[in-house]
Parts: sequence; C-alpha cells; structure tokens
Amino acid sequence: MKNAAPLELHVPEPPARPGEVPDFGWLKIPPAGSVARPDIATPPNEMRGHAYTLIRVLDEQGAASGPWDPKLDAETLRRGLRTMMLTRAYDERMFRAQRQGKTSFYMRCTGEEAIGVAQAMALDDRDMVFPTYRLQGLLIARGWPLIEMMNQVFSNTRDRLKGRQMPVLYASKEARFFSIAGNLATHLPEAVGWAMASAIKHDDRIAASWIGEGSTAEGDFHHALTFASVYRVPVVLNIVNNQYAISTFQRIAGGEESTFAARALGYGLPALRVDGNDFLAVYAATRWAADRARTNVGPTVIELVTYRASAHSTSDDPSKYRSAEEPGRWPLGDPIARLSGHLARLGEWSEERQARLASELDSEVLAIQREAESYGTLASGPHHRPATMFEDVFKEMPWHLRRQREEMGS
Amino acid sequence: MPKKSFRQAVNEALRQEMERDPSVVVMGEDIAGGMGAPGEDDAWGGPLGVTKGLLAQFGRGRVLDTPISESAFIGAAAGAAATGLRPVADLMFVDFMGVCFDQIFNQAAKFRYMFGGKAKTPMVIRTMYGAGFRAASQHSQCLYPVFTHIPGLKVAIPSSPYEAKGLMIQAIRDDDPVIFFEHKAMYDDEEEVPDEAYTIPFGEANFLREGEDVTIVAIGRMVKFAREAADQLAREKIDCTVLDPRTTSPLDIGSILESVRETGRLVVVDEANPRCNMATDISAQAAEQAFDALKAPIRMVSPPHVPVPFSPALEDEFIPSVEKIGAAVRSVMAAPARRAA
Ligand SMILES: Cc1ncc(C[n+]2csc(CCOP(=O)(O)OP(=O)(O)O)c2C)c(N)n1
Repeated sequence: MKNAAPLELHVPEPPARPGEVPDFGWLKIPPAGSVARPDIATPPNEMRGHAYTLIRVLDEQGAASGPWDPKLDAETLRRGLRTMMLTRAYDERMFRAQRQGKTSFYMRCTGEEAIGVAQAMALDDRDMVFPTYRLQGLLIARGWPLIEMMNQVFSNTRDRLKGRQMPVLYASKEARFFSIAGNLATHLPEAVGWAMASAIKHDDRIAASWIGEGSTAEGDFHHALTFASVYRVPVVLNIVNNQYAISTFQRIAGGEESTFAARALGYGLPALRVDGNDFLAVYAATRWAADRARTNVGPTVIELVTYRASAHSTSDDPSKYRSAEEPGRWPLGDPIARLSGHLARLGEWSEERQARLASELDSEVLAIQREAESYGTLASGPHHRPATMFEDVFKEMPWHLRRQREEMGS
Repeated sequence: MPKKSFRQAVNEALRQEMERDPSVVVMGEDIAGGMGAPGEDDAWGGPLGVTKGLLAQFGRGRVLDTPISESAFIGAAAGAAATGLRPVADLMFVDFMGVCFDQIFNQAAKFRYMFGGKAKTPMVIRTMYGAGFRAASQHSQCLYPVFTHIPGLKVAIPSSPYEAKGLMIQAIRDDDPVIFFEHKAMYDDEEEVPDEAYTIPFGEANFLREGEDVTIVAIGRMVKFAREAADQLAREKIDCTVLDPRTTSPLDIGSILESVRETGRLVVVDEANPRCNMATDISAQAAEQAFDALKAPIRMVSPPHVPVPFSPALEDEFIPSVEKIGAAVRSVMAAPARRAA
C-alpha cells in the first residue's frame, strides 16, 4: 500500500509556552470522594479504572469525604501540616543559602510536600525508602535532624557523607533512607531487590520507591515493574508526576496518550492515581498499598499528580521554558493551604495559628542553620581533609591508594 | 577574528552543519524546552545552553526533546544513523552512559563490522565530562578511556573553543560513531574562532609548543594546564613540547613517538582515573616503541584512584594541577640519565 501522505513525526507540545496563558482544562478532576475504594485483595484486572481517575478526599472548600478519607485525628493532621511547613521553611532557607554562596546547588520540593510527608506517616518508620532528590519531606517526617541535612548541604566537617555527595542527595542508614542516586531510576530495581530480600528472609518490613514521571521512560523503571510483578514483591512504587522534567513537559515522557499510573496495567499490577496535593488522599492511598504489600497480596503503583511550583534546581530559570502564570493556575492548589483549610474547617486551626507556626518554624530553621554554619559552609570551610577521599573506596585500602595518599601529603 | 566561548563554538558548529546538511538532527533530554517561545526565549537550549537557538531555526523535526531514556535515544540515534541520517545525540553527563552502554558498545560501534562493511553509523554523541563542577562522583567522571577501548568508536576530546568547532564539524561529517567529550568547566573559555565552517582531521595531534627537554602529552582540559606548566618551566629553563592528541581514537601515536625521540622524556597528563586510562596507554606505547630514546622513566599525572568527591577542598586536590605537572616534569629532568644499552 502506498502512503497517502509523506510520513510525519509527532512531537508532543507543552500546553503553554512562555508568554501564553496556560489552561489546565486537559486535567480531568473528579469530585472529591467520588472514587470507590476497592478491597486490598481486589485483582488488578478488576480495578483498572483506578489508573485513569484521580483519588481525592479534600474538596475545594476543605471538606473531606468519601471512602478514601483516612479519618485521621486532628493531632495527626496538625503534625502533618507542621512537617510540610517545616519542609518548606527548610527549602526556603537552603535556597537562600545557595544564593549567598554557602552551598553550590539546591533543589526545592515546593508544592509537593504532601507526598513525602503523608507517605512517611502512612508507612512504618522501619520500612526502607528509596527516594529521589525531591523527597526531603520524607526524611524530615522521619524525624531525621535538619542539622545533619544542613551539614551535608554546606559540606562542612560534620557532613556525615564526608564531603563526597552533592547537597540534597541525602542518605541515612538510621532513617532507612537509601542513598539518592545522581543517575535517575537506578534505585527502582534496588528497591525491588531490597523488598525481595525482605520476603526471602520472612521479615515484616516492606520497601517503597519514588520516581519522577520523566524518569519512568528509563528502562530501570520497567525492569523494576517486571520483577515486582513476577515475584509479587512487597514494595510500593510511587510515580511523582509534577508535570515537568527540568524544562520538559510530561507529554514528552509519554503522558499525552495515557496516564503514568496505567503503566502498571501491562505488568499486571494494580495502580492508584491520586491527587498528590491532597494530604488525606495521599495518606490513604499509601496505606492501601502498604497494607497490600505487608499482607503478601503484592506490589502497587501509585501516581501522585502534583505540580513542581518552583524551578527544577538552582541551575535553571523556569521563565525560559514555561508560562510564568502556570504555577498560579494549577487546579489542584497547594498542599499546605489545603490541609490547613481542612483543619480550619474542622475548627482545629486558624489563620492566626498558621501564621504563628510559619514564623516559629522559620526561626527554628534559622537557629539550626546558624549552628550548621558554625561548623562551616561550602564557601568558608572548614571542610573534611583531602586525605579522607581515599577512605571507603574499598573495605581495605589497597597499597596503591595508600601510596597515592602519601604522595598527596595531606 | 572574533572571540567565542567553547559553548558558542559547539553551537556554531551544530548550526552550520545543520544549515549545510538537512540530514543532521539533534536530539536529547531537555535540549529544546520552551518549544518555540518568541525572542530570546526561543529555546532553552539544554542545561548548559549549548543548543540554544537551534529549535527556532530548524524546527521541531530536527531538534528533538526526548523522553528520559538514554538507552532509547542513543539506540534511536544509532538506528536513524544506519538510514543515513546524521544524528547528534546529547547525553548530558558522560556518567549517564551507564544506562546505554549496550547500544554504544555492542551496537553502534559494531554495525559496520557486523554488516560486512555494508553499513555506516554516522552519529555523534555529545557528552560532558570532568571534575571541578562540584557535582560529585556520579556527574564528574572522564570515562573516555572506556570508549577508546572499543574498536569502531572514535573519541574526540577538544581542548579549546577553536578545537571544539573544528572537531565537531569533522565528527558530524564522519561516517563512524564519534563520542564527543566536552569538559563542563570549559564552556566559558574563550578564544578566536573563525566564523566560517572548518574541520580538524581526526588522528592528527596538535603541537602547541615545541621544546627540547620534555614532551608533555595532555588530554582535553589538561592541555590548558600543561601549557601553563610549560610557561612556568620555561622560566626555569626547562623547555617543553606540549602535545594535544585531540582524538584518543584514532590516536596519533606517531607524532607522540616522534617528539619523545627528540626530547627523550615523556610526561602524560590525564584527568581520568589512573588505572587503564590514556596516560597508561600512551606510556605503554611509548615504552614499547621508543624505549631506546628515553632518558628517564615516563611520568603520568592523573588523579588518585578514587571516585570524584564533592567537597571543593577534596575535589581541588583530586584534579591534576599545574603544580603537579610542573613537579612531574622537574622529576624527569632530575632523573639520572640512563646509560645507553
Ligand atoms: C540517567 C540520567 N539521565 C539524565 C539525568 C539528568 N536529569 C536529572 S534530573 C532530570 C529530570 C528528571 O525529571 P523527573 O523524573 O520528572 O523528576 P522531577 O525532577 O520532576 O522531580 C534529568 C533529565 C540524570 N541525572 N540521570
């Protein structure tokens, strides 16, 4: 058969370019409370619709409704709110510190705080997490001291990673927080392997991993799903769809014809697509998936739909590649504002308390920052001694490294 | 002649080749971004702005943002190259090669051979390498020795903006796969670069300075350091030849040996980790083929055999320095002259 017309390549376009008015009409948002909550034992085939909808609990007025409402008490909700706000305060201070030359690089998670924080609260602290660089909320929610994080960001002598890793790519064995890789998606097969080991050892801990929607194009994502499915691995595989991969809109990652949650279906895995700015929905979906993993039913893929409200990192300027009006028009709002509105509606919170807490947290972060700076910053030092770079390459230092260390004379 | 940065030189090479030859396309993560926004913002041009302006001029069919799958876009570039298209794939950091080695080593490098000489793979992979960017061990490696090792791959490592433009145009016109290494600490380096297109042939070393006492062979960014060291040494009356091989595959070993025969002393400077790097390779070839001419043991200046650390205090010690090159040269000058066999 002859082609009717010459072949053409389709290149997906972003919804709005710089200078244009963005329209998020393409995002279908079902009413809060309208999506059914299947039993965790439901076969993936019987809940395929959950990969294409959006699980929401909180409505525009801050009311919670529907079967996914986790019915958390006010104390727990306030703890969630506080941790999200602490994460934001930390981000803002570290961002400013980067601008002042106290560190070389920083990445904020602004607008995505509900994900790390609610998910940490829904998981057990003993579960192993395999995060990306935008999950500082997860580490903070696990109670890991901000001072430790700052010492790494400032690369001072108290940096527990000994001046070897970039700022923001944290690792904490104690907090069960796996080393964040500079190489995207590599940690997904590792998360699956960790969870397989847990099952092999008949342990009771599960693993959870996170990946950006852009990085789901990597082979490692698909390899991980295959293994998770074949061995029914006790793992929760989260996809954070924040609409962008640096400058690239998610349609380039394959979001134009399908959802990222739906990637799971071909592997025979259940998928939940969730309003990622709705603290309650995120919490409930994570609990559902964790319960499934913990009871040997199997793994779950969760797509968290959110919006990267700030730049990718301190190295890019979003006004060069997206409309400046976009963040303000994102229809799922801001996770902190939404949870605080919900608490206020319950009579458990007020604008006044919100403002007071915000300024308290900022002072708290600032005090910790002063302490961290007293141990040194990237610009001013002191730093780890150069001779330490030879340690931990191998378990025992081979003779040629010993010699190189002597030659360095430090 | 106008001064241009390394970044502009690569950009200009891409633009001129795309103008000359409609089969040249560029692809990679984040190279287009803004997608057709007007004016200055016409294209974001990648994290380091090297492809800026190409989208506006050549359109979305020839400047492609790709999904984040190195394996897929390097494989796609190889497949497209086999049809005669000349893709220039942008791999960002060379460290990301880890996820697409198979496409490069087992596929692109071997198409010509496995098709019995009846196929060609005219693709270029642009990639950033090197330390000094405060980017830690997973974004700072050199890795060019690994590619030099594979038959079928060509490896270009420009040492300045002028070199970058000429070698890039050569790379695009070349009918074999070329891995093109750009040092991330060199994008703002400036030098006079002609406006018109020109090529620099592969496998022809560049003599940047001729001296009688010592031959210094340096790779990529280290060429600049070697020249500085040679300037300082000249004041001590040590006269160095500085030689930039430009490409490690093919490698102009002939010129290196010729120079070693004249000076009798060799120092090789390589930013790659010291085991099986270009310094060991060049030193071994010199020892094998010019042993009789050597007046002193060969010296190699490389970083220690450790991952690149993040902290500036550690990273600065890691990178070979002008001082370390100077010390190596002085040590080969001080070595007692070998008795002729
Ligand atoms: C293997 C690999 N390829 C490319 C990169 C460069 N890179 C770093 S972050 C990023 C964008 C990732 O986007 P996404 O997965 O959507 O996560 P987000 O940043 O939006 O949270 C890219 C391309 C990398 N670090 N590793």
